Amino acid sequence: MQNGFLLKLVVQRIALGCLLLLAASGLIFVGTQMLPGDVAQSILGQSATPQALANLRAELGLDQPPLTRYLDWLGNALQGDLGHALSNGQDIASSIAGRLGNTLFLAGTAAAIAVPLALALGLLAVRFQGRWPDRLISGVTLATISVPEFLLGYLAMFALAVQFRVFPSVSSIHDGMSLGQQFQAIALPVLVMVLVVLGHMMRMTRAAILNVMQSAYIETAELKGLRRFTIIARHALPNAVAPIVNVIMLNLAYLVVGVVVVEVVFVYPGMGQYLVDHVAKRDVPVVQACGLIFAAVYIGLNMIADLVAILANPRLRHPR
Amino acid sequence: MSALLEIDDLRIEATSYPPGEKPRDVTIVDGVSLRLERGRVMGLIGESGAGKSTIGLSAMAYGRGGVRITGGAVRLNGTDILSGGARGLRRLRGKAVTYVAQSAAAAFNPARRLMEQVIETTLAQGIPRSEAEARAVTLFARLGLPDPDTIGSRYPHQVSGGQLQRVMTAMALCPGPELVIFDEPTTALDVTTQIEVLAAIKEAIRDTGVAALYITHDLAVVAQVADDIMVLRHGKMVECGATAQIIGAPREDYTRALVSVRQVTHPEKSAAADPLLRIEAVTARYRGLALDVLKDITLDLAPGRTLAVVGESGSGKSTLARVITGLLPPAAGSVRFDGRDLSPALSGRSKNDLRELQMIYQMADTAMNPRQTVATIIGRPLEFYFGLRGAERDRRVAELLDEIELGKGFSDRYPAELSGGQKQRVCIARALAARPRLIICDEVTSALDPLVADGILRLLQRLQQEEGVAYLFITHDIATVRAIADEIAVMHRGRVVRQGPKAQVLSPPFDDYTELLLASVPEMREGWLEEVIATRKAATPEGTRA
Repeated sequence: MQNGFLLKLVVQRIALGCLLLLAASGLIFVGTQMLPGDVAQSILGQSATPQALANLRAELGLDQPPLTRYLDWLGNALQGDLGHALSNGQDIASSIAGRLGNTLFLAGTAAAIAVPLALALGLLAVRFQGRWPDRLISGVTLATISVPEFLLGYLAMFALAVQFRVFPSVSSIHDGMSLGQQFQAIALPVLVMVLVVLGHMMRMTRAAILNVMQSAYIETAELKGLRRFTIIARHALPNAVAPIVNVIMLNLAYLVVGVVVVEVVFVYPGMGQYLVDHVAKRDVPVVQACGLIFAAVYIGLNMIADLVAILANPRLRHPR
Repeated sequence: MSALLEIDDLRIEATSYPPGEKPRDVTIVDGVSLRLERGRVMGLIGESGAGKSTIGLSAMAYGRGGVRITGGAVRLNGTDILSGGARGLRRLRGKAVTYVAQSAAAAFNPARRLMEQVIETTLAQGIPRSEAEARAVTLFARLGLPDPDTIGSRYPHQVSGGQLQRVMTAMALCPGPELVIFDEPTTALDVTTQIEVLAAIKEAIRDTGVAALYITHDLAVVAQVADDIMVLRHGKMVECGATAQIIGAPREDYTRALVSVRQVTHPEKSAAADPLLRIEAVTARYRGLALDVLKDITLDLAPGRTLAVVGESGSGKSTLARVITGLLPPAAGSVRFDGRDLSPALSGRSKNDLRELQMIYQMADTAMNPRQTVATIIGRPLEFYFGLRGAERDRRVAELLDEIELGKGFSDRYPAELSGGQKQRVCIARALAARPRLIICDEVTSALDPLVADGILRLLQRLQQEEGVAYLFITHDIATVRAIADEIAVMHRGRVVRQGPKAQVLSPPFDDYTELLLASVPEMREGWLEEVIATRKAATPEGTRA
């Protein structure tokens, strides 16, 4: 096979991703075990009899050694069974499915706007480097990353929901709504999330391209009399793909994992809201399940970034 | 009718930012005028800093870095190109005037196929893709590239340096320009590769009838391609004339110095009794590579003598230095020094082993800590090996600075405040401070201008007489070898193909590789290139040339 080396790199990276996920699952399990207090006690309350506590522990498998419990949990999770919530006894997998869908809908919408916008603004900033469009873009995006997202959320709510009543302040969605109504409902959290991730991606795009613009082959392109935008898009951008994809993936992961606060602010029925509710109730299986899903998203997206970086390298794609 | 290119009283300035001082404007080119007729080739020659590339780029109205054209006029076909505006420049650059850079490896975009880059400006002129590609393939064939039909579909890293330089020439010729600027196009190549590229460029210029500015620091190279030569120094013209006149009857002292460079001579001394360094049957490879970089190398070097190791890039010269210094333990064989076995790995060597064996590098720039003064740099081995401190150390630093002909006024300077030759001298003093018995010199003059390099070679010779130190001199430059060696080892693909006393190695009968190497060194006379090419074509049947 001509390109066995590339295949080996790709397989290695995927294997590393799986290993990381396994380690993360271990950490999540150990972390939740180390929480103070007794699950059975917190379910049955202070007045429970020792016999009732022992029965419940046996029923939940809490009398088993930790390693056995971990392997059981992991084995079930791999088969899609995330266990039952302690607080209401519901199947976690089915209650998460809808909420994960909602979160992905919100994050996906925000990403679909933020990623192309960040790239375009980054290219524009390089095109007019040091002039007013660059300064304006850099200044505004710096301001939006500097403001905490909950404050951005309340500011957006105040301006667009209270003062001008363009969008609803509470982003509840349900199956009966049309797609248009759903977009209308999530407009404000999407706006906030776009503003939060835009700056980081745009600045990295700008920095990565400017770094490439120092190369000798950019001078070659200039001496070919090409337009500046052609030089940036055709000669600089393809060589800046790896760092840009890396930061895009980090921000996509943030959109899924890090938006807990935004979801809570807008009372959006997503994973974040769900997680916060159950942490308050000390519902260990739910917390573990959410942790595992978040870790998988994070590790998966970073793995994709690394794979894109490997595949974007012409030296690896086309060996001598 | 006006000339193709006319430069009148050109003045170019840049802002310099010396460390610790206020920025100031410096003049890079001052009052240079030239006239280039259609179809002619003019060579621009001078040391680094002479302004030759800057003048070349001014023909494209381009200033590298913060360089500004502040006076004079540049006219192409009678039209002032400095006042053409952005649209005028786009019509000029890459179409009427094109550029071939020194390092094609850096000048090609690594992410795009060669063909895309070669025909980019041709397509921008509105020529259909099929016609542009046909033109490129014709040029690839004319420049002697292998597989002209398919080489365009490769990426830059998939072809060799010499091939890439020819592809770059094809890229410059493809849009059918009136003028091509060649900026040191063969300087980064091995001497045996240079000759092929040079011949290809010369033929292409002749066949297309394009005019060219050929920029180089090597008078022997430019004598092969140029009709006229302009000699530049410190941004001013020294003299300008026909090639035969410049190399045969130079009018100015500076030109005479350039023509007669390499006046350093070194009568060969026979080896004394016991060798100082003995390399026995050394084979070496890098970790993770199945390939032997050095194959069964055996060499001797006597005390106070110079062994020149000569070969092309990739021949294993520098790897040999790494084995001797202990940076790369050999896979087989041993290194003996002064009658004792040296530990193969650096960690097993005593402080005295380290002291007796010093090294000087090609890039003096990167071999010194930019945040240390000259006194600290030279003083460090004095502290480390001899425990010298305070006034005693300062006195020895001053002595060493005198020895390298700089003087103690330099002790408070930083590397950034030194010229290339001065930096290399400081590196020599640092090696000398350890009172070594052997200094490994790895291409120490390759990055320097010829006249400066001669100064360094003279210094090294004087130090050898005074201190009795032996040199292992690694170089790809035959002229340097002639100047300095007692013994020579010729390396090719990891093997020593020829070794012995200088007179013997450089006299016939030769093995094939040494003959090729010696015949490829440009000679400073017109017509040399044609002779060599004719000899080679006669020797190899048609069609077998790589």
